[in-house]
Amino acid sequence: MPEITEAEVRHVASLAKLALSEEELARVGRELNRILDYFAELQQLNTSEVPITSHALPLVNVYREDAVGESLSPDEATQNAPDGVDGYFRVPRIVE
Amino acid sequence: MQLHGLSAHELAHGLAAREFSAREVVEDHLSHIKAVEDGVQAFLLTTPETACAEADAVDQARAAGEDLPPLAGVPVAHKDLFCTRGVRTTCGSRILEDFVPPYDATVVARCREARLPVLGKTNMDEFAMGSSTENSAFQVTGNPWDLERVPGGSSGGSAAAVAAGEAPFALGTDTGGSIRQPASLCGIVGMKPTYGRVSRYGVVAYASSLDQVGPFARNVTDCALLLGTIAGHDTMDATSVTDAPPDYVAEMRRGVDGLRAGLPKELFGEGIDPAVKSTILAAVDKLANLGIEIEEVEMPHVDYSLPCYYIIAPAECSSNLARYDGVRYGHRTAEPVSDIYDLFSKSRAEGFGPEVRLRIMLGTYTLSAGYYDAYYVKALKVRTLIKSDFDRAFEKYDVLLSPTSPTTAFKIGEKADDPLEMKLADICTIPVNLAGLPGMSVPCGFVEGLPVGMQIIGKPFGEPEMLRVAYGYEQAMGWERRRAAL
Repeated sequence: MPEITEAEVRHVASLAKLALSEEELARVGRELNRILDYFAELQQLNTSEVPITSHALPLVNVYREDAVGESLSPDEATQNAPDGVDGYFRVPRIVE
Repeated sequence: MQLHGLSAHELAHGLAAREFSAREVVEDHLSHIKAVEDGVQAFLLTTPETACAEADAVDQARAAGEDLPPLAGVPVAHKDLFCTRGVRTTCGSRILEDFVPPYDATVVARCREARLPVLGKTNMDEFAMGSSTENSAFQVTGNPWDLERVPGGSSGGSAAAVAAGEAPFALGTDTGGSIRQPASLCGIVGMKPTYGRVSRYGVVAYASSLDQVGPFARNVTDCALLLGTIAGHDTMDATSVTDAPPDYVAEMRRGVDGLRAGLPKELFGEGIDPAVKSTILAAVDKLANLGIEIEEVEMPHVDYSLPCYYIIAPAECSSNLARYDGVRYGHRTAEPVSDIYDLFSKSRAEGFGPEVRLRIMLGTYTLSAGYYDAYYVKALKVRTLIKSDFDRAFEKYDVLLSPTSPTTAFKIGEKADDPLEMKLADICTIPVNLAGLPGMSVPCGFVEGLPVGMQIIGKPFGEPEMLRVAYGYEQAMGWERRRAAL
């Protein structure tokens, strides 16, 4: 497996929405390369004919009647908002 | 009267016989917490007022002759990963430092229905990521057997609280070993049930295809009792199975006659401390004397579990933890921001600790375009191979036996700076999560004064067979009577 480059680490941080410092980007880059080296072990296994397992149990969709039930009030739903106003979440302007 | 040393079933018996009140039980545990907590630091928060009120309600109901559930009045502690209505739930993270859930997790609600007063919320590795509880943003928990050592993790607070007698039993979660490994390091019983056996509703998600809730207790009976309290179908969790759980205590007492056990060679390999290995092999000999038929079994793909897990768990975590954005709940940056993405990115970088940031980065990378097939899909295929090894073994055996942890409790700080080294703590437990199987750890001896745990792995929904083996062993050995001196 190729080494992960500094540019890739920056790209991944932007995908992950993490504003990492220069120091942290360097640390994460080093750690990722160590861990990715370790993943190389898996390449020893031929898995071309093997199906994937995303869940250990055979899961099927669960359906229910579309019935009215209890839910949180707007006040309860927004009580933990760092910036909540009148049952809304306030964020920086997203449309010009 | 000293009540905090009693087991949950002894407490339940005494309460029913009116030898003492639920209020006395709760107060005695609270005062014991006060006495030892400076050293142990198992709790992030205690809830003395509500615990006493819940106990009083049980006492009043009993005095009025009402029918009560069998464990009514026996106190419990919850890992701080479970949503508790009106009680702060941090997940060991700064990002949720002030989060007060507006609802209860199903397991919390079931404990409430069983009338178990809640003593408090226990410490953990941030978002359950770690094997020593040192990744908590708030405090370092000590192992009651040696306070300079870790209790294991991620549910280290729950394990330490039970081992220290601060609670008779407690709940935790296990994604790669986070119940079994701390149970082993703290000398108590801990069980990760089959995936789907216990509802995960209201349990803050780490890796959803692996996470499962389970009990900690000082003996097998209490473990079975608490499992029975939380197990069962929940419409709020689509992965919870619909068939009713059995009576685990009745199953547990059926004896070990006719059970067959396999010893996976790969789980006794290099990396297992020789003294731990010989302690486990002595326990295996004992089980053979009790009449269990035991053989070695080869499970070649199990050796690939750690890299497989280290791809799958961070991938799922990177997706699950995307919800922490500084908008709906949790930490929001105080720095000036240029736009909403800047708000997300700064809030998240400030709120998450280093190990969580690393795992989010790793998971985002392995799921990103160009690497998805090479890493994530590859790991899901290897997961199939690992699961097939277990399927084959369980055609022949009822349970599999191994060490729970390759070592006894290590020193605080010893592995803290090396995430890869830390992960080796989970080499014996991780394969079980990948295969969705139940596993438990039972105390089976000591090495230099530190507890060793034996792992018992079961078939899907094979908790009854595991409990039979664990209980049979416990009755023969009596390790559970040995307690940490605090």
